[in-house]
Amino acid sequence: MRYEAPLTTPEAVELLASAKGRVHVLAGGTDLIVRMKGGFIEPDVVVDIKRIKDMHVIRKSAAGISIGAATSCGAMGKHSVLKKAWPGVVEAANLIGSDQVQGRCTMAGNLCNASPAADSVPALIAAGAQVLIVGPRGERRLPVEKLATGPGKTSLKKGELVTAIELPPRKVRSADAYLRFTPRTEMDIAVVSAAVNLTIDRKNVITDARVALGAVAIKAIRVPAAEKALIGNTLNEETLAAVAKACSAACKPIDDKRGTVEYRTRVAGVLAKRAAQAAWTRAGGKA
Amino acid sequence: MTNLVNTNINGDAVGFACEADETLLDALRNRVGLKGVKEGCGTGDCGACSVILDGTLVCSCLVLGMEVEGRTVETVEGLSNGAELHTLQSKFIEHAALQCGICTPGFLMAAKALLKNNPDPSEEEIRYALAGNLCRCTGYDKIVRAVQATAAELREA
Amino acid sequence: MTADTKFTGQTFKSVGTRPLRPDGIDKVTGRARYGADIDLPGQLVGSILRSPHPHAAIRAINTSKAEALQGVKAVITAADLPDLTNGNKELFDILDNCMARTHVYYDGHAVAAVAAVDAVTARKALKLIKVDYEILPHVTDVDEAVAPGAPVLHKKCFTQGVEPKPKKPSNIARRSEFGHGDVDAGFAKADVIIERTFRTEQTHQGYIEPHACVASISPDGSGELWVCTQGHFVFRQHCAELLGMDVSKLRVTPTEIGGGFGGKTHVWAEPVALALSRKANRPVKLVMSRDEVFRASGPTSATSIDIRIGVTKKGRITAGDATLRYTSGPYVGMWAELGAMTSFACYDMKHVRTVGLEVLVNRPKTTAYRAPSAPMAAFAVESVIDELAGRIGMDPVDLRIRNAAKKGTRSSYGPVYGPIGIGPTLKAAKEHPHMSAPLGENQGRGMACGFWFNFGGQTCTDLNIAPDGTVSLTVGTIDVGGARASLALVAAEELGIPYDQVRTVVGDTSTLGYNDMTDGSRGTFSSSMATIMSARNAISILKERAAKMWDIPVEKVIWEDGCAKAVGKKHGNLAPLSLAEIAEAAPNTGGPIAGHNELVADGAGVSFATHICDVEVDPETGRTQVVRYTVIQDAGKAVHPTYVEGQYQGGAAQGIGWALNEEYVYGDDGRLQNAGFLDYRIPVCSDLPMIDTQILEIPNPNHPYGIRGVGETSIVPPLAAIGNAVSNAFGVRMTHVPMSAPRILAALDEAQAAASEDVETA
Repeated sequence: MRYEAPLTTPEAVELLASAKGRVHVLAGGTDLIVRMKGGFIEPDVVVDIKRIKDMHVIRKSAAGISIGAATSCGAMGKHSVLKKAWPGVVEAANLIGSDQVQGRCTMAGNLCNASPAADSVPALIAAGAQVLIVGPRGERRLPVEKLATGPGKTSLKKGELVTAIELPPRKVRSADAYLRFTPRTEMDIAVVSAAVNLTIDRKNVITDARVALGAVAIKAIRVPAAEKALIGNTLNEETLAAVAKACSAACKPIDDKRGTVEYRTRVAGVLAKRAAQAAWTRAGGKA
Repeated sequence: MTNLVNTNINGDAVGFACEADETLLDALRNRVGLKGVKEGCGTGDCGACSVILDGTLVCSCLVLGMEVEGRTVETVEGLSNGAELHTLQSKFIEHAALQCGICTPGFLMAAKALLKNNPDPSEEEIRYALAGNLCRCTGYDKIVRAVQATAAELREA
Repeated sequence: MTADTKFTGQTFKSVGTRPLRPDGIDKVTGRARYGADIDLPGQLVGSILRSPHPHAAIRAINTSKAEALQGVKAVITAADLPDLTNGNKELFDILDNCMARTHVYYDGHAVAAVAAVDAVTARKALKLIKVDYEILPHVTDVDEAVAPGAPVLHKKCFTQGVEPKPKKPSNIARRSEFGHGDVDAGFAKADVIIERTFRTEQTHQGYIEPHACVASISPDGSGELWVCTQGHFVFRQHCAELLGMDVSKLRVTPTEIGGGFGGKTHVWAEPVALALSRKANRPVKLVMSRDEVFRASGPTSATSIDIRIGVTKKGRITAGDATLRYTSGPYVGMWAELGAMTSFACYDMKHVRTVGLEVLVNRPKTTAYRAPSAPMAAFAVESVIDELAGRIGMDPVDLRIRNAAKKGTRSSYGPVYGPIGIGPTLKAAKEHPHMSAPLGENQGRGMACGFWFNFGGQTCTDLNIAPDGTVSLTVGTIDVGGARASLALVAAEELGIPYDQVRTVVGDTSTLGYNDMTDGSRGTFSSSMATIMSARNAISILKERAAKMWDIPVEKVIWEDGCAKAVGKKHGNLAPLSLAEIAEAAPNTGGPIAGHNELVADGAGVSFATHICDVEVDPETGRTQVVRYTVIQDAGKAVHPTYVEGQYQGGAAQGIGWALNEEYVYGDDGRLQNAGFLDYRIPVCSDLPMIDTQILEIPNPNHPYGIRGVGETSIVPPLAAIGNAVSNAFGVRMTHVPMSAPRILAALDEAQAAASEDVETA
């Protein structure tokens, strides 16, 4: 195996595009190195993007907040502007692994690893985030939900890499939240998870909402029916029940070592309800 | 292909040879001889191999040796100041925060990283900060107390 | 030598204090050497090829490509570990488990091994070994294994302990039965009888240090082994027998041990490392990966237990009956037997019967895990006792106090008890502030009792007095939880010198006589007994030397406060001679001074505990958190109370993990799906509350200081205590461990459905 640590994005693209054999991008390494050591992958070239300075930048602009692909989730948790604007995204990112893992893992890696149970992905989908992709043919943007195509698979082409994740500007009276179920309090993979991002008007009526679920299908999914149940209503018992029902109905999970179809389907609704409540409270909603 | 890595470990300039796919854990143990860094799982799930890399707590099993070129690495071997133990080290002994001791180096590094960022952590903050370090002997009670006692002493110092 | 080991009721100066452990500084500075930290000159890296199939016949193994790979120094299969067991079935099972012969019996079973110049080469070589398997039907579930039509693991397995011998082979390898009285007559007297079936899933000890050893064998038939083990003498015995070596020619040096809890009482890879070293004529280091630890060391049993207990309205248990099916992996064990022995050990029962069935399955060979087999049996019994208390409207603690075994009770497994701690721990629980503290929303409180036999066994120690009067104590039991400190306290106590004048080390197999391993909570119990005798032995020599120095008869010398004192009118005015003074003069009074002792430590006092636990359950997700926990246990005499607390807390934490989350998950393909710390979920720091402890001291009459083992009992009550707490919170009875969120949610649903049915019918 060859290890490369380019200092610029063009160099990284060049390396990825020209590399022969199996080439992998190394961001935090918290998935990649585990898979290497477990013998699941045998890379010929690994391109470490952490020496590229731009990749560590969190930048706020009129277009929103851009998070460099090598930014550790731990660093996100220390960024007050980001935390204030997107508390749900940050809490999702901060739930990945331990403090040790937080010091390394990245949302870009979480996205590109394309696990159906990835914590940050439902939160990013609910946020309406996009990924900035750079490749031999230049830049392109993609809604986050279009990056993963199935477990472990992405729509990235040869030579392409994610360089940043872009969150839209935060509207007034709007907030997000993310919740997951794990058997332990920490150090766990989501058995099922839910993210809600919503906006309310002065009368506490929800004017906009995005709902996403994790670990209930081959990839994280958006739940339009749940969004419909929220929009135009205030957050009362009836709305919450409708959200829960819509989320459970949207689930197409599997039975595996971490959970059952029945459990995931049911708890998806519970978590969506609670996440909606949390986002509502953060947005300043009053009953 | 074997590569040469120049880095700083516990304040000393250190060079070591290393394969491209070799983890920092293996390099520290087998190339540099710092066997206080322990392997409990090799997958980042137990924290026994915790080290501080450029001020950030990491599992050395999830870092490639090549990545530490030009960086600074702190391990348990660098914790005491000569014959003088770090407060965490003496409190761990006093409070019986270790039994078998295999997880202890990782806990010490995690606790050091915690107290640097948060000199007065609550019990809950300590428990979550140490959640990446597995201990199977103590039930964590005495570890949490040792960290609390260290925090109190360091605040007074 | 027969020693007088009776309890004398003496007062203590050192024992019961809390000094710092001698191994502390090495462990906080990274200097302590564990199994994987040992390196030898010219050392090779060993690695094992393991079966991916749960059950298959091995048609052929082709190692030629691996052998041809540059850097490979030895490749071995079962042919390199020939069967020298000479009809010893137990030893043959150990051999077959270390290296499969004709069949593989579980996912992870070793089939071949290599030694190479480095890990990369060793891994490459393993991939070049071709094994031709004939895949056979498998069974991993305990109930399925005993069901008619189940694939039978061994065609020659006819249930032992059944007369007449069964006509057909089965997966029930052995049946054992305990009890006394007439259970039918007992049940006839009961006002309420509850009968239930419980299941517990397989768990692993989860020590953080994977198995590791360095083996070095010379062509002259001698060898050395450095290994993390709970019993280096037992490892020496098994390895020497399997390799056909003279026992005394294999020197085994124990390293620091990074946790064992029973899992390091057995050889797994050590004979393989030795065989590789023998073939390569180089030292070989073999370290298991975490995946290998889960797949191919020895977890505890999965169980299925039928239980029936009857009670009168006034709260007297009239009878108890239990059938316990415990998996033992592919080889017969004694796990169901231990379950059957411990089930009802807490209670004074006229009519009791327990039947244990050892069940063979395609899972790794079961081995000991802290109070092996007792937690599962206690889960069943203590759950039903709680339920019975509810049915007759009696406080569950009172019901247990009413039926608690006491001095003179004939235990359900046979022996008659001496002074024991079950009653006192229950009374302490009743009075404990935890019992009456208010509970929050969705919280419940439960309690349960636990028992463990404790063990004594063969032990010997050496106590050497250095020329400056300091003492080096060499013991043969592995220190797993602070025993070096405790044993130094005991030596200091007996000699009358300060703790810091004594240094305890664990000797290797060539420096000390045979010792049984550190299991059965015997380390401190038995080695302290031998240490006391060694010290007394040394004191008699010290007195002789003092007499010589004074030139008076030895009968006129006593030992007091670390000094020889002359007594009587004639000599009473002589200034005492300190240990240091006598040691200094030793070259001129007869040479080095040492005390030795070899004994079988009989009379390990049985151990009892009562635990109290508060849980909080999220009724919508089933997520359960332990929010308060108290352990009350009899220590006999706590030599180092802090380390005793550590044992109580550690055992409780393991029990909590077992109760809520830990389990081996097998796929339909018979492969283990969660062989890592991510999905085999041992509790993390944020999962647990502080664990309060209360040490009771009911002296063991068979130990000079009253000591009982304390290491294991604390893992026994948590399963039932948590089950009872969930039950008290929501009125549901949990019968399947772990009580994971989906299982709790399902139980809550059932309870709700039953409740609404009740409303409809009302």
